[in-house]
Amino acid sequence: MNASRRIMPFPLRTLSSPLRCGAAALISAVALGAASQALAQEDPIKVGILHSLSGTMAISESTLKDTVEMLIAQQNEQGGLLGRQLEAVVVDPASNWPLFAERARELLEQHQVDVVFGNWTSVSRKAVLPVFEELNGLLFYPVQYEGEESSENVFYTGAAPNQQAIPAVDYLINEMGIERFALLGTDYVYPRTTNRILEAYLKEEHGVADDDIMINYTPFGHSDWQNIVAEVRRFGSEGKPTAVVSTINGDANVPFYRELGNQGVDAGDIPVIAFSVGEQELTGVDTAPLVGHLAAWNYFMSVDTDANYDFIDAWIEWTGDEEAVTNDPMEAHYIGFNMWAEAVRKAGTTDPDAIKDAIIGVVVPNLSGSYAAMMPNHHITKPVLIGEIQDNGQFDIVWQTPSTVAGDAWSDYLPGSRDLMADWQAPMRCGNFNVATGRCGGSTAAEEAEAALAE
Amino acid sequence: MRYPPMLGPATAGARAGTDAAEDERTSHSRGSWLLALALSLALVLGLSITTPAAAQDSTPDDDAAAMTLLEALDVDSFPTKGEAIDAIVHSDDSRARDWLQALLDGRLQRAGDGRFVVVLDNTGRDWPVQDALSGEPLGQMSRRELDRIGINNALRNQLRSAIAVVDLYAADVGLRRASAERLLGEVDSDLAGPLAEVIEEEPDARVRERLVQALAIYRLEQGELQAIDDLRGSLHPRVRVALARAASGTVESRAANGDDPIVADAAREALNSIEQMLKLNRAAETLYFGLSLGSVLVLAAIGLAITFGVMGVINMAHGELIMLGAYTTWAMQQLLPGQPGLALILAIPAGFLVAALAGIAIERGVIQFLKGRPLETLLATFGISLILQQLVRTGISPLNRTVITPEWMSGSIAVNDALSLTLNRMYVLGFALVVFAVLMLIMRRTRLGLEVRAVTQNRAMARSMGIRATRVDIMTFALGSGVAGLAGVALSQLTNVGPNLGQNYIIDSFMVVVFGGVGNLWGTLVAGLSLGVINQVLEPWAGAVMAKIIVLVFIILFIQKRPRGLFPQKGRAAEG
Repeated sequence: MNASRRIMPFPLRTLSSPLRCGAAALISAVALGAASQALAQEDPIKVGILHSLSGTMAISESTLKDTVEMLIAQQNEQGGLLGRQLEAVVVDPASNWPLFAERARELLEQHQVDVVFGNWTSVSRKAVLPVFEELNGLLFYPVQYEGEESSENVFYTGAAPNQQAIPAVDYLINEMGIERFALLGTDYVYPRTTNRILEAYLKEEHGVADDDIMINYTPFGHSDWQNIVAEVRRFGSEGKPTAVVSTINGDANVPFYRELGNQGVDAGDIPVIAFSVGEQELTGVDTAPLVGHLAAWNYFMSVDTDANYDFIDAWIEWTGDEEAVTNDPMEAHYIGFNMWAEAVRKAGTTDPDAIKDAIIGVVVPNLSGSYAAMMPNHHITKPVLIGEIQDNGQFDIVWQTPSTVAGDAWSDYLPGSRDLMADWQAPMRCGNFNVATGRCGGSTAAEEAEAALAE
Repeated sequence: MRYPPMLGPATAGARAGTDAAEDERTSHSRGSWLLALALSLALVLGLSITTPAAAQDSTPDDDAAAMTLLEALDVDSFPTKGEAIDAIVHSDDSRARDWLQALLDGRLQRAGDGRFVVVLDNTGRDWPVQDALSGEPLGQMSRRELDRIGINNALRNQLRSAIAVVDLYAADVGLRRASAERLLGEVDSDLAGPLAEVIEEEPDARVRERLVQALAIYRLEQGELQAIDDLRGSLHPRVRVALARAASGTVESRAANGDDPIVADAAREALNSIEQMLKLNRAAETLYFGLSLGSVLVLAAIGLAITFGVMGVINMAHGELIMLGAYTTWAMQQLLPGQPGLALILAIPAGFLVAALAGIAIERGVIQFLKGRPLETLLATFGISLILQQLVRTGISPLNRTVITPEWMSGSIAVNDALSLTLNRMYVLGFALVVFAVLMLIMRRTRLGLEVRAVTQNRAMARSMGIRATRVDIMTFALGSGVAGLAGVALSQLTNVGPNLGQNYIIDSFMVVVFGGVGNLWGTLVAGLSLGVINQVLEPWAGAVMAKIIVLVFIILFIQKRPRGLFPQKGRAAEG
């Protein structure tokens, strides 16, 4: 900035005429470049927000949009980044997976955003992957997911299976003595992959028999749970301590928990541990009959730290709603946003390639009193917390990992992914390096997007 | 350790002999001595009510000692907390049961100044509290100042068992029933002796029967053959677990322990007869599930049976009219806080009115201009449905709203130990039948019904007979829409109240109406109920996703064969 200002008052008049012409042309070109650079630096930094504000996913995603807007406002109050203000660019992909790709392209090409925070479902993430890789954008993805992916352009601030599902069943087995598992899930890629990993893990590591694992899938928004809950009740009344591991998504949870309560399935008899039920999902439920059922997350609103209370107060003030709740993906955005801001400060620019190098190894505090570090595989370190549902719709933390757990992009329990690893540092720079063959698989974003959208 | 008289140290000897059996039921050996301790508390509390002499003996509560007891709870480790709970159970403090209950409810908390308080209401950010020792109200305290004494499921079970043993001596028969229910499968050697005495003195037959079973499970675990007679015919899952354990693969281990193989045989035989009865129960349960799902389908579809079936208007916004009914329920509950039941009842007429008015607006605003152009009507009403959804999303919230289920609608009625019917679904089933009956009456017995039938059969003729066809159109559409609103009120008790509520039911509604036969209310009823039952029968073995697909394929094939549905209209009306 200073450099550009110094060029401007160059003493042109002291030069002779022909020389002056050439020099003027040269200098004006330099000055123009410098001026446009100076202008650009006064321009705000653009932060894209790619969350559905209408359609089925609006229930979960619209609060994330508000979260990022709040974080941007807070950052601006502190003077922005690199002396520039931040500006949110909000688009609405309307819960429509192919539209996610179009909106992502719009953000990167038309609005020229420097970074994007967005997506919830795995299929929408798969849909935007090729766009981000082609246009070299940056995406921060805040939701727990099934793993088996590591893209150069995506930062996964939600939990990988080893940061949520695996510690959760360890807790069931070691602390609660559970021997039978009913794996219930919504019928799409996240529950199916997670349950495949869990099934392999339970059989290989804990010697659980085939008969002691029940797997059941239901459609999105399933509302008639009578039969399935009755089946679980029978499954659990055959002598062995039983638990339900639920990857049921979003809306369908409310009627599911209601049916559990009505059929009298008590957490003392058959506890349910959920991976997709947070404070927000419970706002639609009377939680009195559900006390003691569990959830595994990396953050709960009930976390007892000052950082968390400050965050909650800021959120309540931002939304103007006394009853507003915070949840795990919101914390993931909080971490992701701060990591990105730190990387921008470190790199001194918002250039994607510079950020990609700068952000690995960045450490920022999370809301639960520990620190999150960005790992070379673009996943972060997180503590794993197990919470029990309380009658006020909050979770009481009953167990947590002694230290943070680093996210593992490729599961150790699936045959195809056992040998793969991701490392986006030089010299490897690969998202799916095969340790056995010593080869990098390269990007398969386009095929994966096609496969995901075809489903 | 101070044992109550009937739990003298002699029982310790009896216990040592049963160690082998104890090992086999690890899940139930939640500290047998805890129950003994709980029992001592029971005696302190229970007997202090029944015998005044005991009350005079008890020393006044010592606040310093109480503080030490509570302070022991304020640790991180759950096992240590478990020991602290034992200590409280064991103390003579008369406030012990209140503390245990508060701890169980998560309301026992520690304030910043070290005092222990009981939270009276934990909604919002500031909570009213009272002192745990003196019981004095301390006003409001913020979440930040309070540290909750957390418990986990293991401690919760421990607390429940302790409280159950105390409640065994309670004067209230309801408490005793709950306690007996809880003790099933939880009896151990220390409790067995006193339990036998309690059974003899117990006046209530139901409590007695449960306690006999609870004791019999313990006796069976000790290898007593006669115990099986007490358990035979019981459908309770815990009884089945106990019998299965006695009968199952542990026969060799039992033989190794010198146990009787005859017991295993008898248990197996008892188990078999129980399984037979369970099969019948399961069939009844599936039928109930099917009827209840069917009643939801009927409710959702019956409004459409009028607007689409009778009037022939393809109304894609039908689902959103259901949604409006559900939101009306929510709004009524917001207007009448603390009275969810009354609000729900008032929501029935209110939901009808709101949806009916919305229906009139749609009919006057859009549909009347598109008469006889089904494709345009379809597109226009689809647009209206999207508008209504987004209006709710931006106007109220994209998040689901909490609709509280009133006390009298939650839980279930136990027909027997294995079969219980959920109450909310039973109410919805009844409500669906009532709505259907009223609609039938309106269509068959009232002037409006007559006019509706006349207009739909032959519009021109009806008009020339002096019927104001436009007015009838409005009334009919309002009626169909209002019924959709009623469906929304009922659905708010079963599913999410959110902007997407209607979308989930629109396809099912059309399916039911077409399957039942367009223009026939009976067809809708039969189609809805039978689709519900078919779905629930298929679900256990095909899975929820496959069951839905199979039902759809079935309907497609059925419509191929009988294009006019189950109950086709006959005569001139069919040609209209």
